[in-house]
Amino acid sequence: MADTSFDWLNPFASIDLGIASWADGIKQWAISHREMIQPIKRFFESVIVGIEGALHAVPPLVMLVIVALIAWQAAGRRAAIVVGCCLLVLGLLAPEAWGLAMTTLAIVTASVILCVLIGLPLGVLAGKSDRFEAFIRPVLDTMQTIPAFVYLVPVVMMIGIGNVSGVIVTIIFALPPLVRLTSLGIRGVNPSVVEAARAFGASPAQILRKVELPLATPTILAGLNQTIMLSLSMVVIASMISVKGLGNEVLRAMGRLDAGKAIVGGLGIVMLAIVLDRITQGLGRSGRERGHRHWWETGPAGVLTAMFKKTN
Amino acid sequence: MAETREDVIRCEGIWKIFGDKSRHAMEAVRARGLSKKDIREQFDCVVGVQDASFTVGRGEIFCIMGLSGSGKSTLIRHINRLIEPTSGAVYIEGENVNAMNAEALRKLRAEKIGMVFQSMALMPHRTVRDNVAFSLEVRGVSDAERAKVAAKAIEMVDLTGWDAKYPDELSGGMQQRVGLARALAADPTILLMDEPFSALDPLIRRQLQGTFMELSAELHKTTVFITHDLDEAIRIGDRIAIMKDGVLVQIGTPEEIVTEPADDYVAEFVAGISKLDLVTAARIMQPMAAYVQANGPQDMGTWPVGKPEDKLNELVDLAVGTDHPILIAAEGAPIGVVTKRALLRGIQGRDEERAA
Ligand SMILES: Nc1ncnc2c1ncn2[C@@H]1O[C@H](COP(=O)(O)OP(=O)(O)OP(=O)(O)O)[C@@H](O)[C@H]1O
Ligand SMILES: [Mg+2]
Repeated sequence: MADTSFDWLNPFASIDLGIASWADGIKQWAISHREMIQPIKRFFESVIVGIEGALHAVPPLVMLVIVALIAWQAAGRRAAIVVGCCLLVLGLLAPEAWGLAMTTLAIVTASVILCVLIGLPLGVLAGKSDRFEAFIRPVLDTMQTIPAFVYLVPVVMMIGIGNVSGVIVTIIFALPPLVRLTSLGIRGVNPSVVEAARAFGASPAQILRKVELPLATPTILAGLNQTIMLSLSMVVIASMISVKGLGNEVLRAMGRLDAGKAIVGGLGIVMLAIVLDRITQGLGRSGRERGHRHWWETGPAGVLTAMFKKTN
Repeated sequence: MAETREDVIRCEGIWKIFGDKSRHAMEAVRARGLSKKDIREQFDCVVGVQDASFTVGRGEIFCIMGLSGSGKSTLIRHINRLIEPTSGAVYIEGENVNAMNAEALRKLRAEKIGMVFQSMALMPHRTVRDNVAFSLEVRGVSDAERAKVAAKAIEMVDLTGWDAKYPDELSGGMQQRVGLARALAADPTILLMDEPFSALDPLIRRQLQGTFMELSAELHKTTVFITHDLDEAIRIGDRIAIMKDGVLVQIGTPEEIVTEPADDYVAEFVAGISKLDLVTAARIMQPMAAYVQANGPQDMGTWPVGKPEDKLNELVDLAVGTDHPILIAAEGAPIGVVTKRALLRGIQGRDEERAA
């Protein structure tokens, strides 16, 4: 152990369990096994490139109209107006702002899709099993509180800089609320309704699909909203590992003390956040708030349906 | 009942002990016959149902009645195995429910058993129609067939026209009608009703009891009906089981329960119940031989004549027109006599001998 004399009042100075070097060992292992990761990395990359390509291919004004229509459908006319204005401001911030925003949106979209694919099953499991919930809770706490810089290094070592690493660190930070709120939603379903489903012969899978998930949907969507917001808040940190987009703009502005660039990047992120927030919050409205109408009976789809019915 | 009775539901020695150490508690009960209090103190377990055995015949309405917390809900949930017994078994049409695999059990629940809950337990995200057709949906019945069956069930409970509404758009009474329609939709053999009308106000409760009794007279479902209201049990039940602290203390027809309460607990329950429409002449009459022995031969030619199954109410109608006792005759042959004294005591609910 230590060669200095052992101090009973300050034992920590002379005890070295070697945790840091042990963790460093993991890093070495990761570097030497890089090749294994490559196919997964290429798959991620192609997904991100695909989304980004699609978002860039649409002319900005058309995109603005599409997103506003989506907002109208999901959250009503007022939200559509807010969303349209935000996108307008975003485009007017700077000539290059729209393109940067689409790049950022692509990263966020990819992260959120993966968060849903991972988080929803985990959340359902945690909602069903007390033991799994007890196990996953501290893991989620860790994911949310550990500084991003800690896992930035090993992720980069393993995967290299770029969009894929960006998506992965974003997932680590943004996943917990979705898991937590999915679990909360499942646990919050009225047990007597579940019992009734059981009494009428539903299997566990049917109960999940036909009763628990539909009734937990507003809570799950609140979790999704949180996940999207957290994903957006990671874009500046992600830009440190060479992710392009609005975050990169902010990072570069910091380096050069360029207040103008910082405001463009920062405001762009805020506008994007408002847009995504309005749309996802609208999704969470319950059937009752919509007056028990089907989604295709409201918003632009409702207008279309009504027109279609008239011509027939 | 003359025809031979066919048991649809048979519960044999059901015990339900709640708690982590229920198995040990059960073993201790078998070995040493522990009391409920001992079980709670030694094993930290709660006894929900204690050694309950009963049978329900085809088409019979079997009421289980008891105070809150007496274990009624726990007992009825053993019949469709929503709760596993700690000991004992349930047989439905001779088949052991507790030995069924998951698939067979689901089939039984969806096709043979309909259940109505005190809390209604409707699915708030489904329309009335989709709630009613739920048991068919989980069995994979086609859309068209489901719509047809649901419409029929909804009509039975007078809710036609409300198919596309959601439960929260309906009043409490209407919601429970939906619950009833859901239970009846699959045309099950057995109906399990766990305090179906308790949450409703008295007027609506009466109305739904009426609907239920009409339906039940028409459909002849084997029914287990839970209530904590003795009036309701007497009105609805062919037989009544009284439950207390997890024990079935007495099982019998309403008349038996009211006239021969098994213990003070039941006696207290039935004390306030009017006997007029419940107790029959057969129960209060003095047999012919005993009457003649006590009073000597009499000229009974001018006496009013009643039947053994006449209720006290009808005997009173006979008695007010004359000063004579009432002669009870079965198929023309006199078999007993009801004196004024016995009639009055009968209305009071006391036995002539015991009161004397
Ligand atoms: N899951 C459970 N765990 C532990 N104890 C339970 C459980 N379910 C019921 N009990 C206990 O079993 C007893 C019987 O409960 P039960 O719900 O069957 O009563 P009940 O007769 O239906 O009453 P009520 O009229 O209020 O519905 C109660 O003492 C209750 O505390
Ligand atoms: Mg109950």
